[in-house]
Amino acid sequence: MSKADTIILNLGYLDTLARADSPVHRLDPRAKLLTTLVFIVTVVSFDKYQISAMLPFFLFPVVMIVLGGLPVGYLLKRLLWVAPFAVMVGIFNPLLDHRVLFEIGTFHITGGWISFASILLRFVLTVLAAFILIATTGFYTICLALEKVGVPNVFVMQLLFLYRYAFVLVEEAARMGRAWQLRAPLRKAMSISTFTSLIGGLFLRTTDRAQRIYRAMCCRGFEGQIHLSCQLNWTWKDTLFLLSCCIVFILFRLTNPALGLGRLITGIFQ
Amino acid sequence: MHMADALISPAVGGTLWAVSAGLIGYCCKKVKTELSDYKVPLMGVTGAFIFAAQMINYTIPGTGSSGHLGGGMILAILLGPWAGFLVMASILTVQALFFADGGILALGCNIFNLGFWTCFVAYPLVYKKIVNQKHQSQMRLFWGSMLSVIIGLQLGAFCVVLQTMFSGRAELPFTGFVMAMQPIHLGIGVIEGVVTAGVVTFVAKAQPQLLEVSLSDAGKSTVSIKFVVAVLLVVAIVTGGAISWFASGHPDGLEWSMFKISGSEELDTPDKPVYEKLSGLQETTAFMPDYGFKEAESAGDEGEESATNWPAVDAGTTVAGLVGGLLTLLIAFGIGFLLKLKLKPQGPVKV
Repeated sequence: MSKADTIILNLGYLDTLARADSPVHRLDPRAKLLTTLVFIVTVVSFDKYQISAMLPFFLFPVVMIVLGGLPVGYLLKRLLWVAPFAVMVGIFNPLLDHRVLFEIGTFHITGGWISFASILLRFVLTVLAAFILIATTGFYTICLALEKVGVPNVFVMQLLFLYRYAFVLVEEAARMGRAWQLRAPLRKAMSISTFTSLIGGLFLRTTDRAQRIYRAMCCRGFEGQIHLSCQLNWTWKDTLFLLSCCIVFILFRLTNPALGLGRLITGIFQ
Repeated sequence: MHMADALISPAVGGTLWAVSAGLIGYCCKKVKTELSDYKVPLMGVTGAFIFAAQMINYTIPGTGSSGHLGGGMILAILLGPWAGFLVMASILTVQALFFADGGILALGCNIFNLGFWTCFVAYPLVYKKIVNQKHQSQMRLFWGSMLSVIIGLQLGAFCVVLQTMFSGRAELPFTGFVMAMQPIHLGIGVIEGVVTAGVVTFVAKAQPQLLEVSLSDAGKSTVSIKFVVAVLLVVAIVTGGAISWFASGHPDGLEWSMFKISGSEELDTPDKPVYEKLSGLQETTAFMPDYGFKEAESAGDEGEESATNWPAVDAGTTVAGLVGGLLTLLIAFGIGFLLKLKLKPQGPVKV
């Protein structure tokens, strides 16, 4: 599959998932946005050697995925695809932090490995939260939520246009790339001068397109602002969702239930 | 490669989110009042253009590898600093949401690193000083693009280092990280500078009025040095404040407040037999007093020393932590599994 197809697939598939119907999909997007933010902030606030304290937080993505009917395989695949970024930076931790923090028999576990595992855990939790947000809400609804929350109309319009025309321009760039490839079949990537001419041409076409779009919009009554007509209804279910999630996150953050549970169990066996 | 949530702390992420949000708001105001309505589709489609252009790889001469466009500087040159910043922010938002290329909390950091330095520092202070309005001199165009891209990228890369340092999640030492980041981004900057110069030259030769239109449109109010300094001051002050607030250390919050108020971290129990009996009971039954295994009396100085090192990790806590952690993970997945069984008969309705 070509790069362009992958991009279009990934852009489009998450939005297709968002058009399904489930209790999670029906929640107000503002509630989901806020909950995701609180989730990310609490997860990220753990200090670098925490591992077990973060594990209870898996409850949130697990419940959301199940209730929302999201495809686990697809999400895990996307997760693995972006994992190298976090691994690349985190891998230095075991190499640099040699302070032994824990010993099992003859095994010395250094702080470096613990903080590396912590980084990976954080990464999985935060990336899953972001994907779940988009997959249960959809891009257009998120933009609507952003505007209702107070983001300036200019920026919301920018996001909507970008999303709408990303598909068009990615395909156009792919066509240009394919045309080049057919004329240079043995090369893997184009030279810089070819690239600049190609991209320069693409930009000229872009401005032409922008002119046409602008004229079409003016014909339909555009006067500087796009008015989003959808109404968002905030119900008691949204309040319940937001409050209960935030309370649970903050509780988990402050009380470390994993440790408490472990203490209980090991206490029984002693 | 943008910053991920896993590598930043809430203080750093929150601060830069606030700064980026403020900048976005300011740019929106500028764009609304100073540019014509035509900018709306132009900005949108140019954003999609950069997004698509980033997909195409070009070979880097000399090495065997290929690279792709960043775009911050090209946006500033083609659309002006205010619109350019907004477009860059929108591209990064879409990348964060759909491709997990950069986290949601780290979005503020990424917008600042890739947008602020190119649009508000490199563009007005380097590019515009070198290149004149008419884009006639090829040399000036080339060197203007090159230098502004290099400087913009260097500053952005340095910011990444600072943000990682202040967050304290990755173990990279400051000098080592800087020594790695700056030269790499110098190389990237040179190549991107050449590409930027090439694209701008192409557009200047093919349709010079395009650049003039966007430039004169955007040039009504220039980015002043005062604005840049003000933003940087705000970042410095808020980061400093936020970090000291979040700084961890002994004792925990409750004990700290107790110490400040009463002069001791725990209340003395009154001298009554009931309290003594109960505390004696607690001492004998508590398997893990204070969340650690009972220190043997003979542990002595060594135990004391290791206990005062932060973080105070000792075997007892770790075992309980591991056991508890695995259990909670099992519980979480168990709940998910049960929910799935319960939902199976009807299942979510797919439209």
